[in-house]
Amino acid sequence: MELTATKAGAAKELQRLEKAAGVEVRNCYQCGKCTAGCPVAFAMDYSPRQIMRLLQLGLYDEAVGAHSPWLCASCITCSTRCPKGVNIAGVMETLRIEAKNQGLVPEKAVGLFDDLFLQSVQQNGRVHEMGLILRFNLKSGKWFKDAAFAPKLWRDGKISPRAEKAGREAVARIFARAHSQEGE
Amino acid sequence: MKYAYYPGCSLHATGLEYDLSTRQVAKHLGIELWEIPDWNCCGASAAHNTNHTLAVALPARNLAIAEQEGLDVAVPCAACFNRMRAAQAAARNSEAMRQTINDIIGMDYRASNETCALLDIMVNRVGLETIAEKVVKPLTGLKVAAYYGCLLVRPPEITGFDDPENPQSMDRLVASLGGTPVDWPFKIECCGAGHTTTRPDIASRLLYRIYSGAAAAGADCLVSACPLCFLNLDMRQEQVGREHNASFSLPVFYFTELMGLAFAYAPKDLGINRHFVPVAPLLESKELLRHPVTRREET
Repeated sequence: MELTATKAGAAKELQRLEKAAGVEVRNCYQCGKCTAGCPVAFAMDYSPRQIMRLLQLGLYDEAVGAHSPWLCASCITCSTRCPKGVNIAGVMETLRIEAKNQGLVPEKAVGLFDDLFLQSVQQNGRVHEMGLILRFNLKSGKWFKDAAFAPKLWRDGKISPRAEKAGREAVARIFARAHSQEGE
Repeated sequence: MKYAYYPGCSLHATGLEYDLSTRQVAKHLGIELWEIPDWNCCGASAAHNTNHTLAVALPARNLAIAEQEGLDVAVPCAACFNRMRAAQAAARNSEAMRQTINDIIGMDYRASNETCALLDIMVNRVGLETIAEKVVKPLTGLKVAAYYGCLLVRPPEITGFDDPENPQSMDRLVASLGGTPVDWPFKIECCGAGHTTTRPDIASRLLYRIYSGAAAAGADCLVSACPLCFLNLDMRQEQVGREHNASFSLPVFYFTELMGLAFAYAPKDLGINRHFVPVAPLLESKELLRHPVTRREET
């Protein structure tokens, strides 16, 4: 990739991303320390350093459509170690939110899990772990994933078919207001 | 010493032992835990990867309830701790954000109270000397790999209480209980707990490195301060071993369980009998089960 490939077209999207993530992508000097410490770089299509490079080159669509933000473990090693203070984990998180808003979910299972997790919180005020995993298995088609662990978890009282419910009205209000805030 | 206690969703389910052992050792040390009434989920990674505002508003409601009682908040779960500290920082760093949060939660959260990791409270507020004085059954000869993972120590400007590259609080705690913390290189490497459901292939590789690293360092066991790391580390050893032509049997403990053992509580009262990797053989070999007196739960 050459610097001459820089596109001006994505300027608006980039600005929005920089503001939301609290970074300036030009601060990255491509040392690769983020990628060296990233526990999941081996599984990514673009490494964290390459994601930063795509953004510097204005190749916003490539970055927002990448698998990498969906595979990011949010472990924050990259941001902690960046010698230029670039919050790369914040960039990944913001790209993932942006992708979702555009209907791009290249890692279907990850997107499904996020959705079901928040649905569980929205419905009950708390996450119902067993319900969440059962729903995930049904909807992802991996019906028996981790089913072998269930009998022991059950015997030990660690899973229950009943969801704990608490603060449901307050939480429903928080969801409604937070969504209208971000929509503005 | 009184704290607002935020157990979080896992401690009422798969992280049951963490809740049990936390309550036992807190009582033993004279710490009163006031469970936040009607507390809600912090939103965890799913919220902050979906909606920035939701990710700070969900934890802020719990913090606001604690603030009304004039209490600092004790958080055992590393993931909840991280999200709650992020909400606290967001409210403190920007008046506009604080207003936004308050509009959403319908409360007046001023962020005047402090959110603390339970580990931080034990090590830095209760203090290791006080804890050491309570030890009646020192963990002599127990070699422990302290596993901190991600969210307890990163990002340091949010988490605050320990070094992000070479944290020491759990190592020092283990030493004060009479155990031997081992030096090992994977104490802050991600265990992939967030990937176990969606991309188990990724999680398996991360776990393999952690198990191998702990075993190579000569550790008898791992100690954790997070219910998500714990479940991942404890439940998947056989599976990860199978996938990597290896065999692991490293008991995993919560740091509160090790404290309880050193205070001579029976394993059952701490929930240690509910682990996947059996702990009895290790505890027997270190003579940690043969207490002079088995402490009964005071009611």
